[in-house]
Amino acid sequence: MTSKKTELMVGIFVALALAATLMLALQVANKGMSGSGEVYQVSAKFDNIGGLKARSSIKVGGVVVGRVTRIYLDNQELIPVVDMEISADYARTFPETSSVSILTAGLLGEQYVGLTPGFVFPGEDPIYLGDKEGETQFIVDTKSAIVLEDLIGQFLFGKDSD
Amino acid sequence: MNWLINLGASTLGKLSGLGNASLMLWGGLVAFPRLKNIPLIIQQIYVVGVQSLLIILVSGLFIGMVMALQGYTILVSYGAEGSLGPMVALTLLRELGPVVTGLLFAGRAGSALTAEIGLMKATEQLSSLEMMAVDPLRRIIAPRFWAGVISMPMLALIFSAVGILGGHLVGVDWLGVDSGSYWSIMQATVDWDKDVVNGVIKSFVFALVVVWVALYKGYSAIPTSEGISKATTETVVFSSLAILGLDFVLTALMFGIN
Amino acid sequence: MSDILVDINKMHFERGERVIYDDISLQVRKGGITAVMGPSGIGKTTLLKLIGGQLTPESGEVLFQDENIHQMSRKRLYDVRRKMSMLFQSGALFTNISVFDNVAFPLREHTGLSEEVIKTIVLLKLEAVGLRGAAQLMPSELSGGMARRAALARAIALDPELIMYDEPFAGQDPISMGVLVKLIKELNSALGLTSIVVTHDVTEVLTIADYAYIMADKRIIGAGTPDEIRSSSSELVQQFLRGNADGPVPFHFPAPSLETSFMGANK
Repeated sequence: MTSKKTELMVGIFVALALAATLMLALQVANKGMSGSGEVYQVSAKFDNIGGLKARSSIKVGGVVVGRVTRIYLDNQELIPVVDMEISADYARTFPETSSVSILTAGLLGEQYVGLTPGFVFPGEDPIYLGDKEGETQFIVDTKSAIVLEDLIGQFLFGKDSD
Repeated sequence: MNWLINLGASTLGKLSGLGNASLMLWGGLVAFPRLKNIPLIIQQIYVVGVQSLLIILVSGLFIGMVMALQGYTILVSYGAEGSLGPMVALTLLRELGPVVTGLLFAGRAGSALTAEIGLMKATEQLSSLEMMAVDPLRRIIAPRFWAGVISMPMLALIFSAVGILGGHLVGVDWLGVDSGSYWSIMQATVDWDKDVVNGVIKSFVFALVVVWVALYKGYSAIPTSEGISKATTETVVFSSLAILGLDFVLTALMFGIN
Repeated sequence: MSDILVDINKMHFERGERVIYDDISLQVRKGGITAVMGPSGIGKTTLLKLIGGQLTPESGEVLFQDENIHQMSRKRLYDVRRKMSMLFQSGALFTNISVFDNVAFPLREHTGLSEEVIKTIVLLKLEAVGLRGAAQLMPSELSGGMARRAALARAIALDPELIMYDEPFAGQDPISMGVLVKLIKELNSALGLTSIVVTHDVTEVLTIADYAYIMADKRIIGAGTPDEIRSSSSELVQQFLRGNADGPVPFHFPAPSLETSFMGANK
């Protein structure tokens, strides 16, 4: 009893829904790159994370290479720890001497983690981030978020000592 | 004393209504895995899904456009018009897509379902099915139920996608936000599992509620013209309220913590 | 097997607070036309729904081929319902499909017959009610009498053993009525059906019925062959047959006396 026209229209409807899903997946959520690929874990300790949140991006010179997965407070040291995932496309890319800092996009924009690749001594066999499989690696060199109050304090202090 | 009796009676009435509605839902669910019913479901997807498509496309487009316009005027004063993309996308995916689709679906398809079933009851078509040894729950209710539950998440996805395109139309093509930043900041912000999938889950839940309310209201309508018009109104009112209430609960569960 | 197809035994049925049937007993003989007559609004349709198992009586039993309808499993009930069929007052045709598809509906639903066989059967059934030419019309394009005949074709599509007519003559012009009377009679003898006709059109139905029951005031007030009914000495039966406005069945709906109503309102 289902006529051909009905079937055709339902087919178009389903195709449209699939197209919408595909568009949301690729164009909007950009699932193609970040969601499906393999990742490796690194962590870093900061004195202050400012407004950094889970799912904030990790950028190297503006290129997104990963995401923040979790932020928590270290129970012993009482400083924030940031867990990060970096795309496996960049495995064995960043030496362990790389540094991370919390930066702000524009004046009022989102905060993100900026990763500055470290140097490799020529002739030495370098150790890269993500080399130790199965355990998280800590990035030692970190720069905290800039907090406006601290900045003003530094400015005033600098004036005083002058 | 009298009001206590009334309270008891109305509670019992509500409970038995809920019981009947659950029985009906059960009948609808059980009747799904039947190959014979699939053409019926396709037929009903046409009625509830395809025929709701136009209103979904048009309202999705306009809501996206309006959001871009409103958002731009606010964001531009902070110099943050680059965030227009994520604003439009997140609002649509998390909230407006499922909710507005649900409300439109309740008004467009839900009321039609109630009226159709109510009229079938009034004209004794349901009774005559039963006497022909055909279970109306399987033959009439179940295909409509499943068609609604399948169609609505699809409509919500289409709504969101069209809305984002509408936002692009106004924000980028008209107001001059950079197309690259519209998409790239959106891509950096929108998360597939957290935003898109949660939105689909929401619209799935709303679909269950709308179709359930609509079918039960039709099935239990008093078979007079007055009864059917009352049932149709109740369908729209109840399912709209249920969507808004459930939306809060679901949002709290999905996005509230963390 | 006895020659009683439907046997209603001391059945009591109420809807809400209101008693519809108070201990009624009624037998339907196989192969005959049994008429159930009574004034409007006493729940004659309800009786058919009770026989069909759509409603359940408070007490008493309804036997169909010596089996209690209301104690069957759901599956058995659906099997039994294939042997019965009901012509609703409105016809109850499915409005979204054509007359042909309406008649084909029970066949497609319950038999695995090929479309060709179904087509032959449907056209034969429509021929029997004189509507073969209207096969491709939609139900909304039919007149009331034609819709009822189309519904009749659908009712006999599966060759049932029992067919129940709910007010088949209500609101019909004399010609349609004559056609329906003839159809009921002919189908009954030609197909070997058993018929129950529920109606308040006394004269028409008494010309074709083999046995008749008259119901009023929740009870059966008279029973017998048409001749016995006509010569009944019961005042109730006579009032019903002649259509007197007042008599044992009162003209007024039960109410307190006028005086108390008005005095009460003045207070």
